[in-house]
Parts: sequence; structure tokens; C-alpha cells
Amino acid sequence: MRINCPLCGLRDLREFSIKGDAVALDRPAEDGDWHSYLHLRDNPSGETRELWFHGQGCGAWLVVHRDTTTHAIKSVTLAAETTP
Amino acid sequence: MRYNALNILREGLRGNRGWRPAWRKPEPRGSYDIIIIGGGGHGLATAYYLAAKHGLSNIAVLEKGYLGSGNIGRNTTIVRANYMLPGNSEFYSHSLKLWEGLEEELNYNVMHSQRGIINLFHSDGQRDEFARRGNMMISQGDDAILLDRGGVCEMLPYLDYEQTRFPVYGGLYHPRGGNARHDAVAWGYARGADSRGVDLIENCQVTGIDIENGQVTGVQTTRGQIRARKVGIVVAGRSSQVAAMAGMRLPIESHVLQAFVTEGLKPCIDHVVTYGMGHFYISQSDKGGLVFGGDLDFYASYAARGNLPMAEHVVEAGMTLMPMIGKARVLRSWGGIMDMSPDGSPIIDRTDIKGLYLNCGWCYGGFKAVPASGDCFAHLLATDQPHRVATRYRLDRFETGIGLMDEEASGAQHNLH
Repeated sequence: MRINCPLCGLRDLREFSIKGDAVALDRPAEDGDWHSYLHLRDNPSGETRELWFHGQGCGAWLVVHRDTTTHAIKSVTLAAETTP
Repeated sequence: MRYNALNILREGLRGNRGWRPAWRKPEPRGSYDIIIIGGGGHGLATAYYLAAKHGLSNIAVLEKGYLGSGNIGRNTTIVRANYMLPGNSEFYSHSLKLWEGLEEELNYNVMHSQRGIINLFHSDGQRDEFARRGNMMISQGDDAILLDRGGVCEMLPYLDYEQTRFPVYGGLYHPRGGNARHDAVAWGYARGADSRGVDLIENCQVTGIDIENGQVTGVQTTRGQIRARKVGIVVAGRSSQVAAMAGMRLPIESHVLQAFVTEGLKPCIDHVVTYGMGHFYISQSDKGGLVFGGDLDFYASYAARGNLPMAEHVVEAGMTLMPMIGKARVLRSWGGIMDMSPDGSPIIDRTDIKGLYLNCGWCYGGFKAVPASGDCFAHLLATDQPHRVATRYRLDRFETGIGLMDEEASGAQHNLH
């Protein structure tokens, strides 16, 4: 698996660490549904949207669209430029 | 037919023509009292205990592939009761006791081998932590012995004790731990359930769950509609998809865990050994292959295969610990789909939908739990009350924050276990 970092180009999986489902971008309001946000997941078999961190590269947070059944990566964008 | 020495002798003399298939291949009927979705280890064990302990036999187990085609047929086969926290401690202790009587109970050789597990530690701090865990295991009524370096050296002379980075300080020895033949566990429970009248229906995928006024009424399958007032979901890595058919979102993420097996070798590793500094555990199968594994790949996956960085990491850890395995050739590797819960502990509970029950969240530790999981889930399905050793496996513990069971003390959120 390699991830195409928008800043660095195609890099080996080892340079990245995963935060998990990109639900982290959809932070609820203070009195919002924190249980769903923290624990419940769609856990799709197919296309998913995740947050990855390019720790051993440029240090950018990335939003990765990936297929969980094939590991194919559809698109990678900078989290900073992604609206939730 | 009972399996015993006399029957083996008799069949040997008769050309082995008298053996019968271990279970029937029934057509699904229109309705059952209880439907269990998932014909893996946990599902088959549930069906067995429903029939054997609760006297219920109007039960169907629905399996989308063949029986035991999932994680029960592909795992590192370790059986142990070295958990520490209330909730897990009594549950796994119960499970180990069921393991110890399983072959007599099922009249089936599951090749349960209590060869002992040694968890190695590599620092003073880790020794303290393992001593505490050992004390917790003893106070639960199970066994644990803290070995110093010399004690480990006597049992495992092949480790690299001279390495400077992670020298072996000792190990926590769990003599009643060991392993078992994974497929045989599924087959034994299947045979036991079938002989008590349970219908084991293979190649029957559930495509929908019927609910009327908050009560389960049955399921839709690729082999037609089947009605039932009680439905149990026991589908491991596919829990989220099946629960979604009932409109539920679960606190589960499915991850890939890789495991590896080498070509068959002469006996050289007599125990189950785990490395305290690299995530690596190994045992030798009765066929001779070294069976070993490591950590999750850590990204969500249903691909049933992992990536090379984790394979490399696992092999590196193995080589650091026991360089003697370096010349063994890896025969095959596989990736199982793990139903990871936020705190690393399972869920055996009712749901908000009447008649719908859930058994999931086994993470990467489901094999050792098979007997107790089946026993407890059967108890819940039959009586509507949690089994006394599974009262803490509640679905709502993440919402309330009460009774979280985080053995690794890393937090009760996804991606930390």
C-alpha cells in the first residue's frame, strides 16, 4: 500500500500512521452526540474516508478515500483544505 | 456414532464403511424458535449450549459460506486465561474450565494441549506489571508463576539472551494455557449441535432482518425468508453490516490481523511464547509448522490480507527473540477480519430491538473465548438474562462510561487496541 501525499508524492505506507475514520473532522457541539462521535462507526465494507498522518514526511494530516475490501486508494487530500 | 477406540477398531476391520457425515445438510424450514446468524466457532458453540444446557433444539444456524470458514479456521489457536480486569477475568477463567472438559463433553478430539504459555518481560517495570497480572490470575483461581531469567532459560534455551537492546529478564508462566486444533473446535460443536436437532444451514447468507413494532420476526436470506422471535448476531468482522440490517450502528471497527505459518519442522518450540517488547507470539502446531503472529495492521480492512510492512515487522521481532527460526521458510500467511471494540473487550448483550441479541467485539482474542462465549450467549438467548460471568459485557458501556474493560490501559477509543 502506498499513499499519494499531495505535498510529497507517492510514499510507502510506513511513512504514515492512521488516526482512523475521518469522523474526527465532524466534531459535535459541546452538548452534541459525543457517544456516536467517539464510539459508533459505519465501518463500511467498501469505500471509506480516513485520517492519516504523514509523520515521517511533511507532517500533514490527510483525508484518504480508500476501499476496505481491496485497499485501493481513490483520492488523497489535505485535511486542512477539506471541509467536513 | 460415538467416537471411541472400539468403534475405530470395528470400522478398521469393516473397511471404514460405517462412518457417517458429522452433521446433516438440512433445508431451511419456514420458522424456528431461535436463529443464530454466523456458523463460526462462537455461533456453533451458542447453538450447542442452547441444545445441550437449555434443552432447546428448534434452532437454525445460518452460515453464508461453509461452517467454520472464517476466523475459527484461521487463527493462532492460543487458549489462555491471563486476563486481569473484573469482567474479563471471570469470563476467561470460565472459558478455560470449559476448554478443559471440552473433549469429553463433545466426544470430539479438539487436540487441546495445555503446554503452557510464557509471556516474556524485558525490564524491571514490565516485571512488576507481569507480577501484578500473575497475582490477579491467581486470585481468580487460575495459575501463574513468575520466572526469573534462569527459570526461562531452562524452559526456553533457544532464545537470544545476549541481545543488548531487549534482554530477557524473565517470564510469566501460565501452565494451564496452551492451544487447540482450531477447525476441530468448530466441527466438534457443529456435530454436537446437529445431533441434538439444531439445523446447521450452510451457503445461506442473511440479507435482511425483519422487525415489526420493535420486535424481531425473522430474517431474509439468500435461501428465502425464515421466521423467528429471537435472532442472535455472531458474525465477528461482519458485525457492522449485519447490525446495519436492523438499523443499528455498532461501536466496532473491522481490522486485519495477519498470521503466518512455516513449513513443518521437527518439534523445537514446546510452549506458546510471547515477546514482551515486539508484538510477536509463536507456537508449534502438531503438524510441525511454526504458527506466529503480531499486531494489527491498524487500518480498517475487509480484504482478508494485510500489507508487507507488518509482515516484515513480525518477522523482525521473531528474529530478534529467537534467531534459530531464521532458516524456516514461511509457507503461508493470512489476514483475519477482527471486530475491534473501543476498549478491546467484547459485547454479549441484548439490543434495543426486542428479540435481537448481539455477540461481537472479540478483537483479536476470540478463539480462546469460544466455549464461554457460546455458553453465555446461549444463556442470554434462552433466559433473557446475562450469564453470571458475562454481566459486564454490555453494549451501553461506551455510552455510559461505566464498566469499560481496557486491559492495555491505552484508552477506550478506536484504533488504540
